[in-house]
Amino acid sequence: MKRSKNFEGHTMILSIASGKGGTGKTTVAVNMAMSLENVQLLDCDVEEPNAHLLLHPKVTETRPVYVNIPVIDEKKCDYCGECAKFCKFNALFITNKKIMFFPELCSSCGGCVIVCPKNAINEKKRKIGTTKKGSAKGVTLVYGELNVGEPMAPPIIKAVKKQGQPLKKADTIIDAPPGTSCPVIESVHGSDYTILVTEPTPFGLYDLKIAVEVLSKLKIPFGVIVNRAGIGDKKVHAFCREKAIPILLEIPYERKIAELYSVGKPFVLEMPEWKKKFHDLFDKIKESLQA
Amino acid sequence: MKEIVILSGKGGTGKTTIAASFAVLSRNSVIADCDVDAPDLHILLHPSPIQTQEFKGPELAEIDAEKCVECGLCQEACRFEAITDFRIDPILCEGCGTCTVICPEAAVTMKERVSGEAFISKTKYGLLSHALLSPGGANSGKLVTLVRQNAKEVAEKGNCDLILIDGPPGIGCPVIASVTGADMGVIVTEPTISGIHDMKRVLQLLAHFDVQPLVCINKHDLNLQNTTKIEGFCYKKGIDIIGRVSFDPIVTKAMVFETPIVEYSPKSGVSREISEMWKEILNKV
Repeated sequence: MKRSKNFEGHTMILSIASGKGGTGKTTVAVNMAMSLENVQLLDCDVEEPNAHLLLHPKVTETRPVYVNIPVIDEKKCDYCGECAKFCKFNALFITNKKIMFFPELCSSCGGCVIVCPKNAINEKKRKIGTTKKGSAKGVTLVYGELNVGEPMAPPIIKAVKKQGQPLKKADTIIDAPPGTSCPVIESVHGSDYTILVTEPTPFGLYDLKIAVEVLSKLKIPFGVIVNRAGIGDKKVHAFCREKAIPILLEIPYERKIAELYSVGKPFVLEMPEWKKKFHDLFDKIKESLQA
Repeated sequence: MKEIVILSGKGGTGKTTIAASFAVLSRNSVIADCDVDAPDLHILLHPSPIQTQEFKGPELAEIDAEKCVECGLCQEACRFEAITDFRIDPILCEGCGTCTVICPEAAVTMKERVSGEAFISKTKYGLLSHALLSPGGANSGKLVTLVRQNAKEVAEKGNCDLILIDGPPGIGCPVIASVTGADMGVIVTEPTISGIHDMKRVLQLLAHFDVQPLVCINKHDLNLQNTTKIEGFCYKKGIDIIGRVSFDPIVTKAMVFETPIVEYSPKSGVSREISEMWKEILNKV
């Protein structure tokens, strides 16, 4: 396996994704982070961030996240409509001497500024969420929160990843959102390796297959963690065998693990034998990438 | 015609399990799977497509290497970092078209791109409108809107009075596309700290878009203390809890048999709880 360009020194960017929601991404990400020394965790599920609910960090830094939106100088504008014609996201409408702008639809591409023949468009910042940084239990956590009602998560995810960047000497674990579309791509982009967390059920399998296609397209090496092992059926195992996808770890379905999760307690705290398993797995992945 | 959307914020709380059961229990409704990233409802409902439609997502920029003089202006202008070495990365390209207007050589053009498929299918329980976004495809919100439009069309044709929407997790673009204009949002939550946290954010979203909220506590007996917390919170906010569904491994069994739980085991406690909840919802619509 090739060493990616992000692989500076000996640090690794490892992302945790899934396709299906609720398979245990955050559980794996938090427990693994707590099993390592010198690690930062980036919670990129900015729609529903949960890692902080398990880690309870003391937030030391809060930053607003802005996107650019156009402001039209009505003194210069002659309502020619070029900007609206250009905008692929239908964020701008120009009718008979009236400008209508829908900020939630704007992708901040900046194209309207370029196409305006009267130079009537400038940009200003609009806040769509925040990022927060703090640490707890030996883990540095950065997470983001998309404001409720805002549709676009990727700019917040970018901001979370950016805020995580200065820590070049530490390994990075990225907790990705569920699904397979833009927010997931934005989260896992640039990772050295991705762990796909699934559960051994028909839903888990179907969504795993989609996630596998996405990662293959992105050319990121990956392996699978089967969570709640013992429930459902054996088809996830059969699929992984057939596609030669490594099953890295199985976390059995245990009421104790589920109960600890329900109260927001990382299970490695009560079941310390798992710390070694996560640590060894992390080292194994790192070694495979450095080979 | 009424639209009921099933949401959760947090993934894996049981939206699809409950939506599939509602599909069995409902008479004269159209079902819509709006989780176009990771759709699972079809696994339980076994649809046979009667209509397939290409979904054209955002366009894709293309650089004509013969015209390109490698000035780099497009790379500078692209806010999505989709152009490197005078090549477009299709995964990062959002289709905004800025590169086409900045290029002094007119070397960049926008090309149509298919980003998924939408289907109308027959199932035992009525018509299903569903879709599949191409892996890594952009603009899932637009595809969700198409799924809802398709559902409305067939509901009107068939004189159906209800559309049942299985929504995606989260609160972002596909969720917003699933809830805007809906009549009622049923939030399926679970008694975990994250289930509660995520439910609160979806409740805010429903309030923002003026959709009536209802709450269902799934696996309520897994942590009774947290269930009490949810009940207390909803009581204070004046939000109705329309049902509590027990934890039972039979739900996973039904999933393995690819059958909605109310059909797999109609006499089980879980099925009775879901049926009661469905009656409650019909009373409220």
